[in-house]
Parts: sequence; structure tokens; C-alpha cells
Amino acid sequence: MSQIPISQILFVSTALFFIGMYGLFTRRNMITMLMSIELILNSVNINFVVFNKYLYPDKLDGIFFTIFIIAIAAAEAAVAIAIIINLYRSHQSIDVEDAEEMKY
Amino acid sequence: MTASQIIFYVIAAFILGTALLSVTSRKIFRSAIWLLFSLIGIAGLYFWLELEFIAAVQIIVYVGGIVVLIIFSIFLTQQSGKEMARPPLTRVIASVLAVVFGFALSWVLIERNNFQKTGKAFDWTIAKIGTQMLETNKEGFALPFEAVSILLLAAMIGCIVIAIKVPTQPRPTNEETNTPT
Repeated sequence: MSQIPISQILFVSTALFFIGMYGLFTRRNMITMLMSIELILNSVNINFVVFNKYLYPDKLDGIFFTIFIIAIAAAEAAVAIAIIINLYRSHQSIDVEDAEEMKY
Repeated sequence: MTASQIIFYVIAAFILGTALLSVTSRKIFRSAIWLLFSLIGIAGLYFWLELEFIAAVQIIVYVGGIVVLIIFSIFLTQQSGKEMARPPLTRVIASVLAVVFGFALSWVLIERNNFQKTGKAFDWTIAKIGTQMLETNKEGFALPFEAVSILLLAAMIGCIVIAIKVPTQPRPTNEETNTPT
């Protein structure tokens, strides 16, 4: 465990963040965009845990932030899915291009 | 190369490969299943970091809660066997360029900072986490804890209000149906 430098773990979390960004840019389906947001939140969690474990081992703040982010992600996913189901009922589609009258 | 290093590389390749498949798969149900595997891989990374508590929370909340919710909503809103439309080529090229440059910029920042491990052992126990979370002094996290609990309550009520089905026809009231003849 001690042989892996921090930068390699940060490489994984950064790559995960940008994979999520790629999904957010290319997808137009709301559920798949929500999945990309979950990937992004997970990469942030990895960063918090790694920095807490290796740089500040006498504190627990990163673990608390991870737990709170997980709780807020659960609430956010529930609200987003309620909105998606409501939108599907009124528009028969969950594509963001079909919901563009909400802009005006 | 020790066994721990090999396990780390296997977990990292698993996370990144399944995440990439999750954002590029054109069948939405397969995309959700790849996301499930990616989240399990992240839980494995927490196990590798010897943080079993966070790994358990990750499995319970993400794998057991959020992915199941996403799969339910997929079944409620679409035909899961249908393939999604391919994104236009210009959008794919622009996204790949943006992502690659963003990744390069972040990687330069990480390399420049050159984070070094302190070498001290990271001692955490669930008892420590629990007491510090509910403490009210300067180190405690009681206020965010209460804020999150209120947020969860508000999200629950908000979901019910948003997703509730409004009846289109108002029901006939008692006076109309029971009118004496």
C-alpha cells in the first residue's frame, strides 16, 4: 500500500471526473446525464478520502465530507428522478432537447 | 511489484473501464449496469485504502439505493431495449478535446504540487467518527448533521409533491351524487 504514490490515486479520480464530464457533454438523455453526475461526485469523494488519509492522518474531516456528499447525492438523485418522471408524464420524453420551452 | 500494487492497478483499471463503458454505451439499461460495476469498484478502492466504513456506506447508499432508483426510473420512462441516438460527430470531437485538455491541466496541477505522504498511520474508528459527528464544540459536526437531516426531509416531501399525480377530472362531490330525487 505504501508503494503507490498519491499522484496515481489522484490520476484515477481525475480520470473518473473527466469521464463523467464527457458523459455530461455528449448525452442528451436526462437519466444518463444523472449517471454522469454520480460518477463526478464519486471522483470527488475519492479525492477527499485520499487527502485525508495521506496528508492529514490525525483528522477526520475528509471522511465527514465524504459521508455528507453521499447523503446529499442520494437526496439529489431522488429529487432529479421525481422531476424526470413528472417531465415524462407531460412530454412523453426525457430528452433535454424536448423540454426546451422551460427556458423561456 | 507487490500484491497490493497489483490489486490497486486492477481496481483502477476496473473503475475507469466500466465508467467509460457507462458513458458510451448506447443502451440505457446496460449503461446503468456499467455504472453499478463502477460504483462497486470504487467501494473496492475504499477497501484497498482500509476505510471499510466508507466502503460499506458506498455500497449501501450508492449500489443499494441510487442505482436501484435509476433502474426503476429507466423502466418507468423508456423501452430499455431501444438504442439511443448516436451523438453528432462534432459534439463528440469537441467533448473529447475539452475533456483531454481539462485532464491535462489538472494533471499538471497535481504534478506541480507533488503531494508527499506524511507517513503517519491513519487511525480511525467508527466510535471516533460517531462521537465527532455529534459533538457541538469547535471540532464537531453537529450542525451539518442536522442540516443534512432537514435536507433529507425536505427532499422526501419535495419528491412526493413533484411526482404526485394531479387528477385531471375533479371528483363529483357528495352533494352532486346524493341529490334526492
